[in-house]
Amino acid sequence: MNTLVLLRMVPDLVEELEVDASSKALDRQWLRLVLNEVDDHALEEALLLKERHGGSVTVLALDAPEVDDALYAAAAKGADRVVKITHSLDGVGTWTLAQLLAQVVSAFSYDLILTGVQAVDDLDGVLAPMLAARLCLPYLGPVTAVRADPAARTATVERELAGGIKGEYRLPLPCVLGIQAAEKPLRYVTVSRVRQMMKTTHIEKMPAPKVATDSPVTVRRLYKPEVAGRAEMLEGTPQEVAQKLVAILAERGVL
Amino acid sequence: MTAQEVWVLVEHRQQRVADITFELLGLGREVAQALQAPLKAVLLGHQARDLASALGAADAVLYMDHPALTEVTPEAYARALKPLLQERRPRLMVIGLTNFTLGLGPYLACELQWPFVNFCKGMHVEDGSVVITCLLYGGKMEAEVELPAEPGLIGVMPGASPADKGRDERFPLVEEVLSPPGLEQQAVQFLRYIQPEAADVDITTQEVLVSVGRGIQNQENIALAEELAQALGGAVCASRPVIDQGWLPLSRQVGKSGMTVKPKLYLALGISGAPEHVEGMKNAGLIIAINTDLRAPIFNVAHYGIVADVLEVLPALIEAIRGKKGG
Repeated sequence: MNTLVLLRMVPDLVEELEVDASSKALDRQWLRLVLNEVDDHALEEALLLKERHGGSVTVLALDAPEVDDALYAAAAKGADRVVKITHSLDGVGTWTLAQLLAQVVSAFSYDLILTGVQAVDDLDGVLAPMLAARLCLPYLGPVTAVRADPAARTATVERELAGGIKGEYRLPLPCVLGIQAAEKPLRYVTVSRVRQMMKTTHIEKMPAPKVATDSPVTVRRLYKPEVAGRAEMLEGTPQEVAQKLVAILAERGVL
Repeated sequence: MTAQEVWVLVEHRQQRVADITFELLGLGREVAQALQAPLKAVLLGHQARDLASALGAADAVLYMDHPALTEVTPEAYARALKPLLQERRPRLMVIGLTNFTLGLGPYLACELQWPFVNFCKGMHVEDGSVVITCLLYGGKMEAEVELPAEPGLIGVMPGASPADKGRDERFPLVEEVLSPPGLEQQAVQFLRYIQPEAADVDITTQEVLVSVGRGIQNQENIALAEELAQALGGAVCASRPVIDQGWLPLSRQVGKSGMTVKPKLYLALGISGAPEHVEGMKNAGLIIAINTDLRAPIFNVAHYGIVADVLEVLPALIEAIRGKKGG
């Protein structure tokens, strides 16, 4: 089982987000980027597949600040190859990214392509199905478990539906899956192990092919949402807010 | 030539039209009116024609029947819709962003090379252009996006419009459309539904829910939430990251993939309020949120909010409740 995993760096939502002077994009100057959490789950699922079926895990990531750390961490977890796609497209949209990656993956041999089911900065789409369509491959998501049968060239996957119900589906290999959560909690790697990887791992670099970057939609403006129906905020020490809450609960008849 | 029609994709399962469809019909009607265009519901399925009777809010229903359309998979739906969309070129096709149809819009947009705007929470028409408001960055930002005057696809988040606006007793005109040849040769095969394991606690029936998110920090701290739930006579539930860590079973998950709850009291502890979570709890009677981030979107749906570390407030709150009850 050779699995390709696509990783993206996305803005850290814990940080304050600011809009740039154009009013159409985030101010990237102070933007802290973190690995898209569901992409990390895609990596975990790929590593679980490798443990069960052998084969290899190749991680591809688009160049971005902090991306090397994410690639070294992926290597520390067990990825066999880590590849950085170098490009000069700042803030490239999903539409373009799908085109670009469809060309990039043709340089690799793979049975499966896994990536997170979505990213917080998706505006014009969701990467996995867009990539699948570009590659003329079947797609399914949001997936929470993958069983492969390399001999039969199929994968059996669990897809989350609603109300805790899941569906089980079979797809031919190769296919593209949008991962929502790995079957097991993410494995932990120590900082020292990642540091060790920094010394021994070679991050391969691959230039991004040139693709048309025009998204067919126009962003007029990006802004912080107006806050409607905002909560009444309670202030004070933990003891004081606890007393205020108790009074509210008593008044509402909950206590 | 693009027909000025607004189409809404019908989502249904087990012989029932899903609420999201009525939300989309309500929203679609407003846009159709502004464009002076007809609103059409697109119903794909197998032996599902009767469902058209629920779609009276639409001027007409386009119905396609094929066994391959019994279950929703992006591939089968895209293959069924692509020739229809190419032939009739509606101004807009509106698709719900649920787990069933999440991948369909992008897949179809790529196949058709049509523009697609995702995570829509509202739309309106300005000088003949369709302007869409999208919720991004976990609800921390909004974008206003304009579609070109060509056919386009839109993915709409649940809750964008009230479902009641899209319900109508009228019986709509039904037009049967032929399925494209070769539809049965789909790659993705549905095998079965997997029902959730019998839960120790049914969180959908609880009147008080203490819900924990990432801010609870570790599994040991869930005991504190349990203590609070016990003091309040309720149960503990959680947002996605806590479930993914394996700290609580899947049956306790609130949100898009998990349960939709409507308790009298919902205490959101260390939950940021991503749209996927809010979808499952926004109709609770009283929502109280505690989070360290003043800008967390959870404070936009909560009635009361406290900017604090849940681990500092929780012990004080448990003590205060016990004091009140004891007194």
